[in-house]
Amino acid sequence: MTTLHWIDYAIMGLYFAFVLGIGAMLRRYVHTSEDFFLSGRSIPAWVTGLAFISANLGAQEVIGMGASGAKYGIATSHFYWVGAIPAMVFVGLFMMPFYYGSRARSVPEYLKLRFDEKTRGVNAVSFAVMTVFSSGISLYAMGKLLNLLLGWSFDASILVAGGIVLGYIFLGGLTSAIYNEVLQFFLIVFGFAPLVFLGLRDVGGWAGLSARLAGVATDNGFAAGAYTRSWAFMGSASANPVGVEWFGLVMGLGFVLSFGYWCTDFLVVQRAMAANSMTAARRTPLIAALPKMLFPFLVILPGMLALVVSSTAVRSTSVAAPAPAPAAAPAAAVASAAATATVAPSDPGAERREGIVPPKLDPRTGEPLRDARGRVVLDYDLATPMMLVHFFPAGLLGLGLTALLASFMSGMAGNVTAFNTVWTYDLYQSYIRKGAPDSHYLAMGRFATVFGVAVSIAAAYVAASFNNIMDFLQLVFAFVNAPLFATFALGMFWPRATGHGAFTGLVSGILAAAVHHGISLPAGAHVGVKGGYLGVMTTYPSELAQTFWTAIAAWVTCFVVTIVVSLLTRPRPAEQLHGLVYGLTPKPTDDVKRWYERPGPLALIVLTLTVALNLIFF
Amino acid sequence: MGIDLRMPLGALFGVLGLLLTLYGAATRGQAGTEPTGVPINLIWGVVLFAFGLWMLWLARRARKASKM
Repeated sequence: MTTLHWIDYAIMGLYFAFVLGIGAMLRRYVHTSEDFFLSGRSIPAWVTGLAFISANLGAQEVIGMGASGAKYGIATSHFYWVGAIPAMVFVGLFMMPFYYGSRARSVPEYLKLRFDEKTRGVNAVSFAVMTVFSSGISLYAMGKLLNLLLGWSFDASILVAGGIVLGYIFLGGLTSAIYNEVLQFFLIVFGFAPLVFLGLRDVGGWAGLSARLAGVATDNGFAAGAYTRSWAFMGSASANPVGVEWFGLVMGLGFVLSFGYWCTDFLVVQRAMAANSMTAARRTPLIAALPKMLFPFLVILPGMLALVVSSTAVRSTSVAAPAPAPAAAPAAAVASAAATATVAPSDPGAERREGIVPPKLDPRTGEPLRDARGRVVLDYDLATPMMLVHFFPAGLLGLGLTALLASFMSGMAGNVTAFNTVWTYDLYQSYIRKGAPDSHYLAMGRFATVFGVAVSIAAAYVAASFNNIMDFLQLVFAFVNAPLFATFALGMFWPRATGHGAFTGLVSGILAAAVHHGISLPAGAHVGVKGGYLGVMTTYPSELAQTFWTAIAAWVTCFVVTIVVSLLTRPRPAEQLHGLVYGLTPKPTDDVKRWYERPGPLALIVLTLTVALNLIFF
Repeated sequence: MGIDLRMPLGALFGVLGLLLTLYGAATRGQAGTEPTGVPINLIWGVVLFAFGLWMLWLARRARKASKM
């Protein structure tokens, strides 16, 4: 168990004071519901841009990507360079003109303007449920982690973190969430950068890391470069640790899931909608893409490093450890590193011992869990946190833990602000109480914030059972978000698409996802929450492969059904679609002076850099 | 919207940097404070402090420009 010094608490306390202080300062600028939910559309692009990624940079990202880094190696960067940047460029260039230009106040409201009430309804309800659920998972992860790492009470951690997020959103609304997200963004960058620096220094730079990971790769039955090259082994699912082949990766993650998330998820789109002009709204995801493409170095590398840094005390003065920790490193070291007293120190020395990632423990017996081959299952979600306590002295440790807390809070605040807006505008104002004065909806927004946080806390107690948080969230997104991009793409670029078509397509897509998940199973998994509940008709090499193909099935179903039903139903007259559909909307003009500030050239810069990164780590 | 975000940003990182620098300087050489042999508190404190000052300077410059 790690104990903290006064300096660590001082740093955390300072951060809490600032986030609440920002909320308090912004309170006097909140007069209307539009101020509360959309920041009065008055925020400059660099702020919305950083908030755009920070809202997404929740626990799932920092902990989950570190975990995936330890599990899959540098191929995890596909979640960024394939699974994020292209979609972020697309939403900025092609979709923001309709979101921002239509003056819709939320993504579901765009669906209402473009299609009809029922399409909006299904999206609003599923989105509202998803946001509070994600926020609950994030809280759960945080409570568990702080308990394991620092011995803090699970209940107290959750209540304090939830209370602070509630406090600053309640006071300052979306502006407060956005401002704090920028603060959190810089904290995360400054909190994790030294970790990567110290970690790489310890293993002898990228070359040293590659050399050591080669050993891990061959131990696990892969080619030596499988953990340090992102594309070279994507030819077949069995040749890489991700367990996915390139087509499933590019179509499932890069196209369906990624576009479904970045282009239609109100959590991120809301940040761009708060921007102070059309150009600023379009630049928001593009500005966000620049730091986003560098995040693999910040969040994935710590996980990869955790796999190979020598577990024997770095806390002595020696710097370079000449070789990976020997396989027979005493299991007691793991036990103490795992910060729990319950690990039996009697593990046989022949166990797989990699770096400082502790084994996953059976919650009932306290014994390490074992896979089908009898090998100890590692708790990958602890990879990044273990790196923090391993490398950071008092002082910097406070900063690192604050960064971790900041990531939890920014992710939760993103969910809560998206939830309160969708609840108030798309559900309450549409179905429960129409035509009330604006002050009523402002009060409802504040109430929804309290409600959303309360439900998140309840959801935190429900969440559990998956080895890797990211895989689980990808699964939820696959059901709800995967068909969505087909609906939006057809809505924005095909005037003939109708409300009936969109609604039927969306529902069929979600059903298709559930059915596909129900008839497939990842290799080695048991029938149940992992799939196969409708009878196992096909097996996938990994859970991610199954998730990607579920998404593809959902998207294709939604796309086809929407087109067929649209052609069978009566289209809306073109004059009702102005500002909502490509071709019936005037091209947006730019209000910036310098060429590289214009969305087009900026997008080109972003894409070129992304291609370069892919090639460097090919 | 009301507040230039660079002000609180600069203030937070300025204070954080100062705190870390002073702590790093005061505990220099003590056992357990430099686990990797690098005086990381001191170095990183200075980096944070510089970032904070830069943000404050940008905010001040923007305020001056808007007054003119």
